[in-house]
Amino acid sequence: MRWLRLGALLLVVGFLLGTAVWLRPFGSPTAFEMDDYFLKNAQVEAGANNVVTSVVFDYRGFDTLGEATVLLCAVVGVAFILRRVKP
Amino acid sequence: MSVVVRTIARLLLPWVLAFGGYVIMHGHLTPGGGFQGGAVVASAVALVVIAFGAEGLKGQKNLFSFLEDLGAIAFVALAFLGIGSTFFRNVLAGGGGLFGTPVPFGPNPGWLNTGGTLPLMNWAVGLKVLAGLGSVVLLLALFGGKEDG
Repeated sequence: MRWLRLGALLLVVGFLLGTAVWLRPFGSPTAFEMDDYFLKNAQVEAGANNVVTSVVFDYRGFDTLGEATVLLCAVVGVAFILRRVKP
Repeated sequence: MSVVVRTIARLLLPWVLAFGGYVIMHGHLTPGGGFQGGAVVASAVALVVIAFGAEGLKGQKNLFSFLEDLGAIAFVALAFLGIGSTFFRNVLAGGGGLFGTPVPFGPNPGWLNTGGTLPLMNWAVGLKVLAGLGSVVLLLALFGGKEDG
């Protein structure tokens, strides 16, 4: 059991070290058409200097809607657990 | 809490609120936005709860609930503005009207009256996040402790 644990630990550490070594160099992504499109057109199309905001609220608005729903679920869960119950 | 904490909280509170409002309002120009600014304002709620106790804010639960509903409904309504072409279409951008000043490509100083529906959505999401996280902090402070019988 102990050797199994040690082996699993070595496997995970080796995997992490390997991925760190074989990481793609910074600044050369595999796919960049979308990035270039956002950088070139987001300012004119969405009219906002902050490209991140134009992506979050305009190009991927559905994602933000889901995020807001997740937040609502979290608040509802907290309010449900921490409610005053009649003894 | 002690008088030192209460005094510092009193001094700090307007600045925290102003910074949160700034982060929400300038979400389309500078880093930040509705989520981040709402979290900053919710941290102001946490400051009030820590310094002055949660009992003073007990009556504000309905206000938080109302603000969260208002933010969610405003967000979806703003998304429905563009239903003519697609959901979440930015209909106000570049139109010349409200938040419709066209923005050229490249570095520019940034104008507040730009972004179309983005600033309005930032306000909606900011309201939603500040009310949601604020009510979470308030509920944890009111009912999460040992004092609750």
